[in-house]
Amino acid sequence: MTPTRRRLTFIGLGFLSLLVASALALTAFEDTLVFFYSPSDIKEKSINTDKQIRIGGLVKNGSLRKSKDGITVRFEVTDLNHSIPAIYRGSLPDLFRENQGVVAEGHLSKGIFRAKTILAKHDENYMPKEVADSLKKAGKWKGGNKN
Amino acid sequence: MHKFANPGQFTKLSTRVLPWTSSFAAVCFLFGLYFGIFDSPADYQQGETVRIMYVHVPAAWMSLLTYSLMAAASASFLIWKHSLADIAARSLAPIGAAFTAITLITGALWGQPMWGTWWVWDARLTSVLVLFFLYLGYMALVNAFDDPEKGSKAAAVLALIGFVNVPIIKFSVDWWNTLHQPASLSRLDAPAIDISMLTPLLFMALAFKLLLISILIIKMRTILIEKRIEAKQLLKSG
Repeated sequence: MTPTRRRLTFIGLGFLSLLVASALALTAFEDTLVFFYSPSDIKEKSINTDKQIRIGGLVKNGSLRKSKDGITVRFEVTDLNHSIPAIYRGSLPDLFRENQGVVAEGHLSKGIFRAKTILAKHDENYMPKEVADSLKKAGKWKGGNKN
Repeated sequence: MHKFANPGQFTKLSTRVLPWTSSFAAVCFLFGLYFGIFDSPADYQQGETVRIMYVHVPAAWMSLLTYSLMAAASASFLIWKHSLADIAARSLAPIGAAFTAITLITGALWGQPMWGTWWVWDARLTSVLVLFFLYLGYMALVNAFDDPEKGSKAAAVLALIGFVNVPIIKFSVDWWNTLHQPASLSRLDAPAIDISMLTPLLFMALAFKLLLISILIIKMRTILIEKRIEAKQLLKSG
């Protein structure tokens, strides 16, 4: 074996084992690397709901209620299988609306999620308003906000 | 390929290529910025904020591409001992660090109005921050030895190990729940970006690529000239 061949095999094998090692490590970390849990995760997996957690999903259509004080909102976070009622007091990001993605940070008590922070989640669709309107008119709308 | 891995050939070829890449980069930036700022519609959800994407997304692509090139050059230096590959890797590091910094800054500027936060520790954002530190780590390590050859070797090994992070960044949005949205362009069905917004994005992406080639050539030639000056000074004093 020439020195070049030896270095090539050495680096190739080293890199391959590094890839396998990191793939294994990432698989082991799988559940702790998620940024938020879906309502189904909360219902089906045994997630410790005593500590502060994040839940994410869509703001359920027709569930958004604003209180009389003007800064408290109630809504449901849904992944279309399960939904969790949530309550939040404070200012909301621009993209927060029904049928849009949302990530809420807070804790679950008696089945109600008390959110301390609300983040809006944007999807991967980019289009001008006219295109969105004409898609809705033609009934070809696949995205969230149907309003 | 190995024929061009010789400083004389490289200097000859790069002198011919540089005027073309730099002037095409300028033209693409002009078109991309014009379409991006003036001649493209506002988004139906994000409004005018969507224009940040025309810098953010190409810069993010470049941060990954530059790292991949740096890892490839490092592997070629370790295996075939081409000194030109070492010079390429050394030149790519600060360029990649700059692209990554642009990605992080423009992303924060977009995140504040859209998500409601400058920064979150989700898998995508965190892995890109790790990429930034890998570039900085390479730059620190490559100059940390008295013997430049030792620095090149140590930094090349770091670059190869860090390459594991590149697929993690790319697929982080698919493997885990993240606040960051998934890819719009590399989907199997039609891209999720309207054609009127795709045009400025692709012009900017091309401009960034030509910019990378141009800066890389300039930086590599600078290092070659520095080496020649050092060699001449050694001859004089010796």
